[in-house]
Amino acid sequence: MSVKVRIPTPLRPLAGGRDQVQVAGATVRAVLENLEKECPGIRSRLCDERGELRRFVNLFLNDEDVRHLGGLDFPVQEGDVLSIVPAIAGGAQRCAAGPPCR
Amino acid sequence: MLILDGNTERSMKEQAEGGYPREVCGLLLGRFEDRRQVRQVSEAHAAGNLNQDRSGDRYDMDPTDYLRIENAGRARGLEVVGVYHSHPDHPSRPSETDRQRAEEIWQAAESWSYLILEVASGRLVSLRSWVLREGAFREEEVRILPISH
Ligand SMILES: [Zn+2]
Repeated sequence: MSVKVRIPTPLRPLAGGRDQVQVAGATVRAVLENLEKECPGIRSRLCDERGELRRFVNLFLNDEDVRHLGGLDFPVQEGDVLSIVPAIAGGAQRCAAGPPCR
Repeated sequence: MLILDGNTERSMKEQAEGGYPREVCGLLLGRFEDRRQVRQVSEAHAAGNLNQDRSGDRYDMDPTDYLRIENAGRARGLEVVGVYHSHPDHPSRPSETDRQRAEEIWQAAESWSYLILEVASGRLVSLRSWVLREGAFREEEVRILPISH
């Protein structure tokens, strides 16, 4: 089984500048393990110490959020596209004092 | 440096003013140039803010919008070069939350542009852009090209 993994801009330095990488694996988790061999250091940016997805990382298998599919053990099919999507967020606590901080 | 044209600025302005007093957000599609030091914007695309509870001072960009906009750009040779959001009744300066959330994604790497639109009483009053480097935001020049006819 081989899927195409789309790499977002923040992680491309770990992928030698590539925006997509072809990786083998039978589940999303296995794909991420093989992605680490291809792009050393990328796995710890995606997963925590327990091996689960970090909160600021979204994974989409084709158009489906992997969290909605039940997580990393979901099986992949030949030709699937796995997209890594950064969770872009911001905003602010209002400050008690000092210059505006949001 | 961030380069955009007047049409792109106008579409962000309309979104930011129309969304007031809520924070709005979106992505900038374009090209990196000059060894990534210049981000040339072609288009601004609005994205959903999933944070309904605190939409006045927070944004969580809908990741399905990110995926859709990124894919549409790729098909036309454009990539995400920046992200924008509004600050209703606050200066166009990144907050500590903005910095922390950007650092989670970028770590020590140099980020794309973070453009902030200050909207005061429903009107756009300032627009500034920032780049995260080594965990700190630095302001960058924004060049707005005249609207071409
Ligand atoms: Zn902000």
